[in-house]
Amino acid sequence: MRKVQAIVIGAGPAGLAACIEIAKAGGKAVLIDENAKPGGQLFKQIHKFFGSREHRAGVRGYDIGSQLLKETEELGVEVFLDSPVYGLFQDPQGIMVSYMHEGQEKALLGEKVILATGAAENALTFPGSTLPGVMGAGCAQTMINVNRVLPGKKVIMVGSGNVGLIVSYQLMQAGADVAALIEAAPSIGGYGVHAGKIRRAGVPILVGHTIKRAMGKDQVEAVEIVALDEGFQEIPGTGQVMACDTVCIAVGLTPLTELAWLAGCEFTFIPSLGGHIPIHDENMATTVPGLYVAGDIAGAEEASTAMEEGRLAGIAAAEALGLYDEITAAPLKGSVWTRMDALRTGPFGQKRFDAKAQMLETAKGGKE
Amino acid sequence: MKDEIRFTGIPSAGDLAAIPGIAGEERFEKGAVAVIECVQEIPCNPCEKACPFGAITVGQPITSLPVLDEEKCTGCGACLAKCPGLAIFRVHKNYTEDTALVEFPFEYLPLPQEGDTVACGGRDGNYVCDGKILKINQSKAFDGTTLVAVAVPKEHYMTVRTICRKKEANL
Repeated sequence: MRKVQAIVIGAGPAGLAACIEIAKAGGKAVLIDENAKPGGQLFKQIHKFFGSREHRAGVRGYDIGSQLLKETEELGVEVFLDSPVYGLFQDPQGIMVSYMHEGQEKALLGEKVILATGAAENALTFPGSTLPGVMGAGCAQTMINVNRVLPGKKVIMVGSGNVGLIVSYQLMQAGADVAALIEAAPSIGGYGVHAGKIRRAGVPILVGHTIKRAMGKDQVEAVEIVALDEGFQEIPGTGQVMACDTVCIAVGLTPLTELAWLAGCEFTFIPSLGGHIPIHDENMATTVPGLYVAGDIAGAEEASTAMEEGRLAGIAAAEALGLYDEITAAPLKGSVWTRMDALRTGPFGQKRFDAKAQMLETAKGGKE
Repeated sequence: MKDEIRFTGIPSAGDLAAIPGIAGEERFEKGAVAVIECVQEIPCNPCEKACPFGAITVGQPITSLPVLDEEKCTGCGACLAKCPGLAIFRVHKNYTEDTALVEFPFEYLPLPQEGDTVACGGRDGNYVCDGKILKINQSKAFDGTTLVAVAVPKEHYMTVRTICRKKEANL
């Protein structure tokens, strides 16, 4: 079986960044992704990114994707597409990665393996939620920004995190109307500036509201929404029916951790990061020797942080492979940590900062 | 009253009064100036480098709110298309005797034509007044963001923040 220094699973922002760091250190990295194209969710992101101007803030997501792909190409990273990974097996020489390609079972041995599998959208069930026209916000975003198909003309968005706000904006850019954005919590989850954009376009944002049911014969034609009290209970008599042909659900993400479970990683449960997370230390190393995590699998955050975590895992794996000595690796990792800490400050970042600090404590506890 | 941006998506008068990105009343009398309606501490700083005159400071940590130096700001508008949040506007209160100029980023189609009279909206998207399109700026450096400048009755210089989007026009 072919053996390489590092295998990175998932070609989104975290996986691409990890490969780039390993290759920069002089290592050989193979990137495996189940999709036909690399880039993860980056090529759906047509808006300008936030963050630090030294690290691509103000650049549109798909341009960041193109830059990362170009870098991996120039550095000679091998990319296997259309290759879903279905198994990880510990081996005396590393970790064996089993995957399918064109109907054939294949395997590759990696001295180090980085899981950058991302996250999946949460579903929301309510009467009528199986009607055609009810979909994840990410699904609608793929339709408009990748496939250039408008899912509908009148949309109700459920959830006011940045995904719900941004996809609402992009649906209007694609030519749809957003009839309303509703949010069960008493306040808006995402950035005010994203909310401000859709408010200026005339979209009402109804906090303290949820969807009670979707109605329609062959597809969704209307929804009933209701107001909620502070205990998230329906306030009687507040129901209102709104016409729509599309309902988008943007109620959070759950890390895609199947491969980490398969590999035997120890887990911890942190709701603010999306639920069950493989325990990882300050190098993104899991409890399984040679196995690292980066990006949303290590806790659902956003693309800028995912890229930084990918870099961190890549540098740490390169160090573990002997490509860097400790003295060279330490400042590289330190600068990533400085940038990540900056991305996790402020009223929107503090919760994630605290959750990650709790994660590091958990990882330390396991080692002692 | 829960009128802050986190409840409504609209920066309230209180939100706007508390931030360092908006010049004082006197500065508005003197000429065009940037209006940075960034009211939440989010990790973002492209505006800082966008200003060729060093009039915008974010500093450390990068979640700090942008501070506008109203003396250094020439009202050139170079920062408008650089804000990922589309939260910077250019306002010339005394554009003419009766009108103010308001310029804002706009990322929808179709675009109006220069000279058109259009419905102008506030931060909630609701109609405020009619305005005349002075300039549609699609510089390549703006990376897909269009800057739209409108002339509106002077009293609306701090109210008008967009043109009302033409709905279903491009379906």
